[in-house]
Amino acid sequence: MHGRPRTAPKPEDAAASAAKAQKLRALQSQFLSYHHSRIYTEEALDASAKLLEINPEYYTAWNYRKLAVEHRVGESGSSPEYVKSIFDEELKVVENALRQNFKSYGAWYHRTWVLSKGHSSLDHELRLLDRFQKADPRNFHAWNYRRFVAALLGRSVEDELQYTEDLIGNNFSNYSAWHNRSMLLSEILKKKEQESSSQDVISKEYEFVLNALYTDPDDQSGWFYHLWLLDQTFKVKAPLLVSSWPVPGFDLVVSGNVSFADHPLSSFSEFTVALERFPVVLYFNQNVEGVNSSTVTIQSTFVQNEDVTWKPLSLQNSPASKVWVGYLDLSGVDHHSSAPYTVEIKLGHHQGIMSSNGLQLSIPFDLSFTVSVKPLETQSSKDEKVAWEEDKFCACETHLQVAIPCLCYDGITVDNKYEPTTSDWQIGTIAEEISQIRNLLAISDSKIGKITLARLLMAHDAMSSPYATKTVHAEEVLGLYSELMKLDPSHYQYYKDERSLVLLQQLLSSRETLLRYCFCYRGITSPSAYGPICLRLNNQSISRMGSFDKLLWVQLLDLSDNELHSIEGMEALQLLRCLNLGRNKLRSFTSLDPLRYLRSLKVLNISHNEIGLHSIDTTRYSCSASPLSHNGEIIWSDDVFPPEDADVTNYWEAFMVFKSLELTQLDIVGNAVTNEKFKSFLLKILPKLQFLDGQNLHQI
Amino acid sequence: MGELAGDKHVKYILSVEKKKDSFESVVMEHLRLNGAYWGLTTLDLLGKLDTVDSDEVVSWILQCQHESGGFGGNIGHDPHLLYTLSAVQVLALFDKLDVLDINKVTDYIRALQNEDGSFSGDIWGEVDTRFSYCAICCLAILKRLDSINVEKAVRYIVSCKTLDGGFGCTPGAESHAGQIFCCVGALAITGSLHHIDKDLLGWWLCERQVKSGGLNGRPEKLADVCYSWWVLSSLIMIDRVHWIDKEKLIKFILDCQDTENGGISDRPDDAVDIFHTYFGVAGLSLLEYPGLKATDPAYALPVDVVNRIFFGRCST
Repeated sequence: MHGRPRTAPKPEDAAASAAKAQKLRALQSQFLSYHHSRIYTEEALDASAKLLEINPEYYTAWNYRKLAVEHRVGESGSSPEYVKSIFDEELKVVENALRQNFKSYGAWYHRTWVLSKGHSSLDHELRLLDRFQKADPRNFHAWNYRRFVAALLGRSVEDELQYTEDLIGNNFSNYSAWHNRSMLLSEILKKKEQESSSQDVISKEYEFVLNALYTDPDDQSGWFYHLWLLDQTFKVKAPLLVSSWPVPGFDLVVSGNVSFADHPLSSFSEFTVALERFPVVLYFNQNVEGVNSSTVTIQSTFVQNEDVTWKPLSLQNSPASKVWVGYLDLSGVDHHSSAPYTVEIKLGHHQGIMSSNGLQLSIPFDLSFTVSVKPLETQSSKDEKVAWEEDKFCACETHLQVAIPCLCYDGITVDNKYEPTTSDWQIGTIAEEISQIRNLLAISDSKIGKITLARLLMAHDAMSSPYATKTVHAEEVLGLYSELMKLDPSHYQYYKDERSLVLLQQLLSSRETLLRYCFCYRGITSPSAYGPICLRLNNQSISRMGSFDKLLWVQLLDLSDNELHSIEGMEALQLLRCLNLGRNKLRSFTSLDPLRYLRSLKVLNISHNEIGLHSIDTTRYSCSASPLSHNGEIIWSDDVFPPEDADVTNYWEAFMVFKSLELTQLDIVGNAVTNEKFKSFLLKILPKLQFLDGQNLHQI
Repeated sequence: MGELAGDKHVKYILSVEKKKDSFESVVMEHLRLNGAYWGLTTLDLLGKLDTVDSDEVVSWILQCQHESGGFGGNIGHDPHLLYTLSAVQVLALFDKLDVLDINKVTDYIRALQNEDGSFSGDIWGEVDTRFSYCAICCLAILKRLDSINVEKAVRYIVSCKTLDGGFGCTPGAESHAGQIFCCVGALAITGSLHHIDKDLLGWWLCERQVKSGGLNGRPEKLADVCYSWWVLSSLIMIDRVHWIDKEKLIKFILDCQDTENGGISDRPDDAVDIFHTYFGVAGLSLLEYPGLKATDPAYALPVDVVNRIFFGRCST
């Protein structure tokens, strides 16, 4: 009962309603008996028409009329006039029904069905639509029907574009018209393959939409269109490699022979990766497919190209991903040789790595680095646990800073055949829009205006530096989001999340700022004078994590005392061994899904979060192994999970995350989910666990 | 802020069944199966499903089934996916899926998939992403998703994506929160949420919250309680629900209650109906309102019912 006031029925109204009801009930049962007996007489058809005029949603009556049409056409012989009159009759019934309810799905479809039979004139349709679209310019049934009719009539895209322009001219708040315009314009842009003419089209659209934005800066309709237009302007079309591990030119030191019993930090010395196989991570600017041994070639003495299997790091098992990983096997390496091995990786020289819209990697990349093997010097005691207390960290010594292999990406790849993919026209357009929106904001406090400006400024930075190493406008954007948090408190958390992403981008944009967050961990007996490097972004009021492309080297990460409710994207950090997520806002085990991809993770702190506190799990469907999403790796069958093991089904979320990890240390205290029963379940599924909530399990 | 008048809503739902002679109920006769789903699910969320005689409901549902395997909206009405889903959902509520000839229902649904992966609602060929959801949700509950071409079904849904990251009923159609629920729900059930630009869609969806705290279904439209379901469930499935003000939305829904006679309306002081009563209560359940059972955002059934189907357990 949309939009009908709540009033107590007066007795006389009730009586009238009962009488009406009785009449309609009689009509409906009369109709059903005709339908079930397949009676298509004049009288029966009249009854169905009358019924549909009163109740256009009575779908069975529309079906009946279709049956009747087929029956009558079949009997009519071949007189085209008669056939036409049968269909014309239907168009009349639809029109009457639409007058009663122009949102009736059944009525609109009946009309579509009649017209697609090809016996009716189309002349009347646009006039009819004009009438309905004037009465309700947002009626999506009418718009869908319009697209159908326009196609039947062969109306030109330009004519339909003009129609949206007329409607927007009448009322620029018509989001439906803006939507249709975006569909039509996409077609036009597709046709104008040559860049310059599509640029003209886009430039004209900016003028058009700005007019609307100026008329009422608080109306959303034009802004969504504007945003879409921006996307058409600065969308980086071709895929690009934006970062990798190892970075080009890096000298990697690897120590072999690490078995699971070792302490998670024992093999750290300066920047050493301790694995028998180590990961090569390729990070692109968008999802790509086709990373495999024929599109990526590896040249080195210890590994054969074909032996490396590239895997997309995509939750939900999609074949496309921004991040790909391949593991290089070190078993063939002579552990006593101190000479570094050179590894060269070439990609993009052969076609095959491409985006979802079929565009190939724009620039070939060659990245080379060296690997040298160093035997383990000492081993720490098993009984040492990783502690995250403040006094365990000290500022990085200058000589160690060299070992932080970050951010050298920009310079090195430029040596390849890097050419800027953004054109002067794109940068010019963005700059022009920035100044237009600034002008508009000078006269209005438009919320979406501010969001748009923030996005424009970030887009401008991204265009002038594709590896996001220059964040000229970050301060201003942070300010805009802070303002928005006050201006529009209902969407506070959205602005806070966006702000966090910009903040992280700023923190990680230069070596200088990054080093302020890098510390040496002194909490363990280390073979070298200095402990391993830990990136500490704790207590930064971050509500969303991002910039993972800058963090591929990180092995120890402290994100405690933030407001994270998600770790989306963390699957890219393949080297991660110790992770502190304590005192955040994680709501469920399914939100930890990205951890399942981190083979090196040994130490995890998720204490004092909100796991088990909420009845609604917001990541129930985005986690890859959920048996609910029918695409998981876990086949929820009786073989894997004996039905009598109630724990596994009760704690399937925890089981899903932890069963693929080999944690030695876990802190989970301070979550609603933890109780003795749950802890004993954890011990069962984490056989290598040594410390649980700080307690040494081997000393009990 | 008022409180949820749960008992009043139970009374209201039970009374709707008795008022068979009002004009409203005659007009709605053709979708009585949808009505049963809305009413019974609400009762279950309120913990009062046992006030209903399940045998009576189940036997009536079976009378709505046709030889083809599909269900009509009521006895004597033609079969359609919209009512087939409601029938399956209600049987799931009562843990009575075993009364179904599952092969028969599966065959009905499978036959409605078109070459391009889309689904027709019935033999007359109307195509809409709502029907994709009905088919996928139904088959998942029946554990027969493998009987259709899921890959094509997903591809069709993705082809209905629009400029704002949302989805329309067919390719080219405008985004609408109800349609977005159907598409996001179908993608969630098939493990295909990676096709969604979560930040773009999440922002558009959270912008559906207007000053009153209520949600609308499209830009520059009025808020309406039913979008508490369509928008909220979609935001939850893509993990962006924290972008709206939950307290304000709870207040809006509670303000739409008829605290005297029970029931919830689209907006404050409008006439109540069973449809909005369900969406109001289900919305509050998604907002973790105390005293309500949790709802699953994709299957639109209580979480314990979904867990019973997929894990053979009641709840944690």
